[in-house]
Amino acid sequence: MDDPLIIAGREFRSRLITGTGGAANLSVLERALVASGTELTTVAMRRVDSAGQTGVLELLRRLGIEVLPNTAGCRTSAEAVLTAQLAREALETNWVKLEVVHDEETLLPDPVELLDAAERLVNDGFVVLPYTNDDPVLALKLQDIGCATVMPLGSPIGTGLGIRNPHNIELITSRASVPVVLDAGIGTASDAALAMELGCSAVLLATAVTRAQDPERMGAAMRCAVEGGRLARLAGRIPQRFWAQASSPKV
Amino acid sequence: MKAQVNGTARDLADGTSVAAVVSLVGAPASGVAVALDGAVVPRALWDKTIVPDGGVVEVLTAVQGG
Repeated sequence: MDDPLIIAGREFRSRLITGTGGAANLSVLERALVASGTELTTVAMRRVDSAGQTGVLELLRRLGIEVLPNTAGCRTSAEAVLTAQLAREALETNWVKLEVVHDEETLLPDPVELLDAAERLVNDGFVVLPYTNDDPVLALKLQDIGCATVMPLGSPIGTGLGIRNPHNIELITSRASVPVVLDAGIGTASDAALAMELGCSAVLLATAVTRAQDPERMGAAMRCAVEGGRLARLAGRIPQRFWAQASSPKV
Repeated sequence: MKAQVNGTARDLADGTSVAAVVSLVGAPASGVAVALDGAVVPRALWDKTIVPDGGVVEVLTAVQGG
């Protein structure tokens, strides 16, 4: 069944976007990425001398995976805009996963700074994929200023708490005209499947795979979960009933 | 003259270019970008752009993250 994910006119066969953070080493990361089937994967921008040469770019190029730079670590719109511009220069892509977080304890997006940065980057010609709160109003505003997706969190980054407010995610998907990507909070395969059943177009995750006991196997699990959830969404689930309804004919 | 390079104070010869700072920090050949005083310096201008006294240079590359 041909059912590509389309972001800003570009088609992807996989609906799983992954991060590269948290993997024990590049070999573990490589096996997990291949098992996940991802075609689009995030990287962060850091100072050369503190980061050293990580080899992550070479790995992604070798695997034929598109690079999606993020603005992780930025607290203000100005920082995020500069980081995105540096990423565009370094990686020769105008795509950016926009993150502007408020504080280290929650890593929750700062909605005021986020919206400002999104608007400035859209005006500067970027394809902006913003990491946002599960706020249906903010999601609409991000869409309306020209973001290519909206990427609401299920729960805070790295918590693995899953989707804490499924109704908000459903409100966002029901009104969005751009792809909705569930970003952050995924703990295990059922969370990813639920995101797709709620109408998300894709799932973005990192920790759930890279810090799993067996990252390669969890990568495969997430691939299946996203595919399963998408199929279920398209198939149309049965309505829930209070009383039982026999599925076999009467004796 | 003095400049801040990736957060560290450095003594640089007068007329040091951005390109020279990039090699000073041991940046890889590709996947690198530079900001001078908060603005991106395109790679094509690295040779011509001279770091001013008190200049703040950031040399960034992609790492695992997100």
